[in-house]
Amino acid sequence: MSESTLPSEREAHGGELAENPFADPGLPPHEPRRQDIDEKAAKSSERTVALLFTVSMLATIAFIASYVIFPVGKVVFIWPIGHISALNFALGMTLGVALFAIGAGAVHWARTLMSDVETAAERHPIEADPETKAQVLADFAQGAQESQLGRRKLIRNTMFGALALVPLSGVMLLRDLGPLPEDKLRHTLWSKGMLIINQNTNQPLRPEDVAVGSLTFAVPDGLEETQSDYQEQIAKAALMIVRLAPEDIKDKRERDWAHQGIVAFSKICTHVGCPISLYEQQTHHVLCPCHQSTFDLSDGARVIFGPAGHALPQLRISVNNQGYLEALGDFEEPVGPSFWERG
Amino acid sequence: MKKLSARRRHPLAALVVLLLALAATGGLYAALAPQKAVADDTQQSLAIEEGKKLYAVGCSSCHGMSGQGSSNGPTLVGVGSAAVDFQVGTGRMPAQQPGEQVPSKKVIYTQAEIDQLAAYVASLGPGPSIPSKDDTNVTSANMARGGELFRTNCAQCHNYAGKGGALTNGKFAPILEGVSNKHIFEAMLTGPQNMPSFPDSTLTKENKRDIIAYLNEVNSSPSYGGNSLGSLGPVTEGLFGWIFGLGALIAVAVWVAAHTTKAKKS
Repeated sequence: MSESTLPSEREAHGGELAENPFADPGLPPHEPRRQDIDEKAAKSSERTVALLFTVSMLATIAFIASYVIFPVGKVVFIWPIGHISALNFALGMTLGVALFAIGAGAVHWARTLMSDVETAAERHPIEADPETKAQVLADFAQGAQESQLGRRKLIRNTMFGALALVPLSGVMLLRDLGPLPEDKLRHTLWSKGMLIINQNTNQPLRPEDVAVGSLTFAVPDGLEETQSDYQEQIAKAALMIVRLAPEDIKDKRERDWAHQGIVAFSKICTHVGCPISLYEQQTHHVLCPCHQSTFDLSDGARVIFGPAGHALPQLRISVNNQGYLEALGDFEEPVGPSFWERG
Repeated sequence: MKKLSARRRHPLAALVVLLLALAATGGLYAALAPQKAVADDTQQSLAIEEGKKLYAVGCSSCHGMSGQGSSNGPTLVGVGSAAVDFQVGTGRMPAQQPGEQVPSKKVIYTQAEIDQLAAYVASLGPGPSIPSKDDTNVTSANMARGGELFRTNCAQCHNYAGKGGALTNGKFAPILEGVSNKHIFEAMLTGPQNMPSFPDSTLTKENKRDIIAYLNEVNSSPSYGGNSLGSLGPVTEGLFGWIFGLGALIAVAVWVAAHTTKAKKS
């Protein structure tokens, strides 16, 4: 701000500025750089820029050399990064230097040697002038007439038809987003009498295998990893088997659906479907690692914290006449996250 | 006799008589009491005896004089020697203070003392016992299978690289680096504190060995990318990239713009 704009100065100038306080001040006068007036400085800048570009070239060559020289498994200690693969470090550093030197050279070039005179680009209306417009319209009318578009209506109409139909093939491909899940979200592989398989040993679980305070992950009998729909099925049927002391179970339905305190809950969080299994055996809380939804396994797996909207579905289990744990049917409600039609 | 009779009313007479009576009773008991049927000097019962003494001093204030538990500590009946060996051998017990979780700290008992404590607690009720050397020998274990089992059973709390993680209300799953094979085995077997147990019936000894072999491999393999920033994945890596990577770029941009190239410095 120049001093003449201060109020005390303005009065002294007899109110001259007050007439048009918003006058365009125009561009400030161009200040030359040393490189503009001193050819030696310009030469020096040129050498600096060239040096940076040369550094980049050397770094790229060093990158290629590093790739050839360093064996993959060699680990070195470099402060402050710690132990690191020599190859990774060399490749990263040389590529970093090569890119940075190009950037630094370009910036230095632009700042010291390229013209820094500020110019104003005038704005013009974007509308074409009348002659051009008339010419374009005339050309179009002539083209339309020469192509006989207006005369041969059959060609015109079929062309419009073809152009209108072509996008339909793109719309048709959207069908691949389906088919709709129908009732797949409501059912899992579990059914009455299905054995409960320990995921670690691939053997059916017996009640005596499951100790109080233990945690076991289980899958339905017959589900093999080699099946093509394995992921789809396990994503719904994955089970978490926990044994509580029966007197610790506060929820009556949970106690009824358990077998001697062994409870089977869906492993899929009802918020967005993360596998949930951070089980604390003293508090009986299960924590979801994604968004910290917490469920109380001793009270019907109700939500006690976090964004989940439903309690974890419980699988009704019992023991069959051969002494193995079995499901007494599918989950009563859909497992996993909520969806519109879930209700 | 006359001398004795003369002093029968002496003020100390009653005391002397009492002492004589006591000495006679004690002596007779010592001479006539029935000998114990079995000589109780086997190695095991000696360890239990010694362990009981250590227990009375170091543990009983919270776990009760006979391991029945109290409001400050759970019962130790049936936890087995493996639980004692883990809790005391990693310094978690004796606890410094009650709280959500008792962290590991400097071990204050020798292994011999821990064995004695374990023998005593094991005598309170049947429970998982300390794994043998063969149980924790992982030379022929399948570490690839161990990795699968680790990701299925353990990684949800302990992180895919065994770096530990947060739980509710200040509890946490500890880092698994620098923990001996035996202690990892015992932790799976007994389920210390809030960790669920993975008994041999659901996670076999072989499974446990595979998991330990996997952890040993993970902990001993070098980090090819340099500092792993806690192996916490995108959170720490992103934070580092945003603060230091972008920070450096902004600093360079500010430095460039703060230095004029004009000949006349204003």
